[in-house]
Amino acid sequence: MAVEARSPPPQFVARLRRALGGRAGWSGFALQILFVAALAWLAYEIVANARANLEAQRITSGFGFLANTAGFDVSQNLIPYSGSDTYTRVFFVGLLNTLLVAAIGIFFATILGFLVGLGRLSPNWLLSRVAGAYVELIRNLPLLFQILFWYLAVLATLPNPRQGVSLFGIAFLSNRGFVIPKPIGHEGLTAFVVALLIAIAAAQLLRSYARRLLFDSGRVLRIWPYVLALLIGLPLLAALVFGKPVTFEIPELKGFNFSGGSRVIPEFVALTLALSTYTAAFIAEIVRAGVLSVHKGQMEAGSSLGLARGQTLRLIVVPQAMRVILPPLTNQYLNLTKNSSLAVAIGYPDLFSVFAGTTLSQTGQAIEIIAITMGVYLLISLVTSAIMSFYGWRLGRSLGNT
Amino acid sequence: MNRVSLVLTAALAAAFSSPATAQTLKTVKERGQLSCGVSQGLPGFSAPDDKGNWAGLDVDICRAVAAAIFGDAGKVKFVPLSAKDRFTALQSGEIDVLSRNTTWTLSRDTSLGANFTGVTYYDGQGFLVKKSLKVNSALELNSASVCVQTGTTTEQNLADYFKGNNMKYEVIAFSSADETVKAYESGRCDVFTSDVSQLYAERLKLSNPAEHAVLPEVISKEPLGPMVRHGDDQWFDIVKWTLFAMVDAEELGVTQKNVDEMAKSDKPELKRAFGTDGNLGEQLGLTKDFMSRIVKAVGNYGESFDRNVGAGSKLGIARGLNQLWNKGGIQYAPPIR
Repeated sequence: MAVEARSPPPQFVARLRRALGGRAGWSGFALQILFVAALAWLAYEIVANARANLEAQRITSGFGFLANTAGFDVSQNLIPYSGSDTYTRVFFVGLLNTLLVAAIGIFFATILGFLVGLGRLSPNWLLSRVAGAYVELIRNLPLLFQILFWYLAVLATLPNPRQGVSLFGIAFLSNRGFVIPKPIGHEGLTAFVVALLIAIAAAQLLRSYARRLLFDSGRVLRIWPYVLALLIGLPLLAALVFGKPVTFEIPELKGFNFSGGSRVIPEFVALTLALSTYTAAFIAEIVRAGVLSVHKGQMEAGSSLGLARGQTLRLIVVPQAMRVILPPLTNQYLNLTKNSSLAVAIGYPDLFSVFAGTTLSQTGQAIEIIAITMGVYLLISLVTSAIMSFYGWRLGRSLGNT
Repeated sequence: MNRVSLVLTAALAAAFSSPATAQTLKTVKERGQLSCGVSQGLPGFSAPDDKGNWAGLDVDICRAVAAAIFGDAGKVKFVPLSAKDRFTALQSGEIDVLSRNTTWTLSRDTSLGANFTGVTYYDGQGFLVKKSLKVNSALELNSASVCVQTGTTTEQNLADYFKGNNMKYEVIAFSSADETVKAYESGRCDVFTSDVSQLYAERLKLSNPAEHAVLPEVISKEPLGPMVRHGDDQWFDIVKWTLFAMVDAEELGVTQKNVDEMAKSDKPELKRAFGTDGNLGEQLGLTKDFMSRIVKAVGNYGESFDRNVGAGSKLGIARGLNQLWNKGGIQYAPPIR
């Protein structure tokens, strides 16, 4: 009598059961399904009831308002915007302003944070004390206070536009912000940009060639004169052949204010300054902790190879410290982005101010607008985390332990 | 954060409460206190005085409603609200009445789940500038920077006005009136724009009021009035007729001083108004003598106006449009009968 081999347990069901609660068996499985169904029912009830109540009180609900005309202006818009555009456009104007301040804030906070953090570990007594004082002062004062300090105490002391500080007659500093010449593209611009890109690519090739030469034969090739010639010469040549790439529109004082030129508004400067100096204090401590977590022997090994302190830090210690630094650094980036919503205190038109503020009070649709705003901040944070996780994964791989 | 918690309350209230008709009067009586939304400090309309008591025209409306219900004008809890938060606070039920220099517009009347009960002050939007700029008309404001409080009709009128007159401007919007005025005073803006009454009030807060002037142009209609939630018509009537009673009292010549004397009068319209004849007040859900309770507490409309924003106050604003209809203004209340 032939015994039929038992068919292997269906992989799919086993996996599903494991995902839904392991060994509890089918009764456990049913329980989980019930639980999920109950949750879904509750969520549905909440939404349906909310809708019914809003309708009963005749409070407008839904997302139709997004197509309505906003009817108010915004002081800084990266995409063309006027009062006759829709609330959707306002949303994007605000979102871009938030992203701008977050990106630039993160950039400066990282640089400043690393400098201060490494400075605090410096054998130079004065430098380490100054860095220490910076950290203790900045991280212990409330952020809102610092934003108001930069805005009201520093920028408001600038002169009015009529007495504005002139820099070479082309840029002006006043309490209306910093006005700089505005570049205007001409027909030669494309050729200029292409030439510049070619020059950069060529310089990169040259660099890797010199590197290979160094590793293969130990010969040092001096490449910087060629790189310089490429980077300046090629675009210049393009400009000569194809015509002027850009001209600059010089701002001039007209009536109350400067007209022409590009303007960086003081609200933006104050917010970026406050956010990046504040976050830098925390990043500095994270960097210090990261560097201290690398074994002392690494530093000594570096010096015994004849590397200078800076080189040892840059090439040996910091790459290893990054593993410790990265997760809390991501937290700081997220904090900075979320803290940018304090912009509302100084009238910087970020997402929270123009959308969850002005748009909300004009349409009165609090639930929808707050939901959208929360969703967007969540999305920004998740994308930031994802980028940082990817960087961490690559870093781990390059350090040889994935 | 206060704002987010307000919205959450609104969301939760909407999500979990059953859609029954609200009985605001009963709720207020059980609580023993009226909850009234006011501004965060606008002299003349709603601001704490030097003793910390709330005072102003909008505050008087709250006190009058409390007096009509409880016979005690002190039974009010004042909730200071920013322009942005005011409607959410009303929707969520945190306040019973919003009496906070709020402009009556069609969209606010229809989409917020609330109703305006009347006009306490006929206002219009104007501009405040430094005299040193030597500007005499709003039409000379091309390329100016303008400070404005966000979440107001002001912000939209401003956009309309500059667009309509082909002028460029830069707007800087702040969430509270204090921040707006501070930015104006620090020189960030050339102009501060708001309702004219508010400009006069805020000017008093500046370090040197005499250096600032209100331009002659009034660029919009801003009828300011109290709001109540949709769905409770009795409560709507009570708040509406509280203001009407104040205006009618002025028209009938009833003042805080002579109210007891006038109550003994034989004149039919006074007998109806004082409830010595008929039961008009009870039909509202109040007492027969609701008008005399109101006038005893805050005076008639004219008295309240003079004390808070008019000749008897620091603001010294003329009655203008807010004069009674039979004296050249447009304040007009339906008769109590």
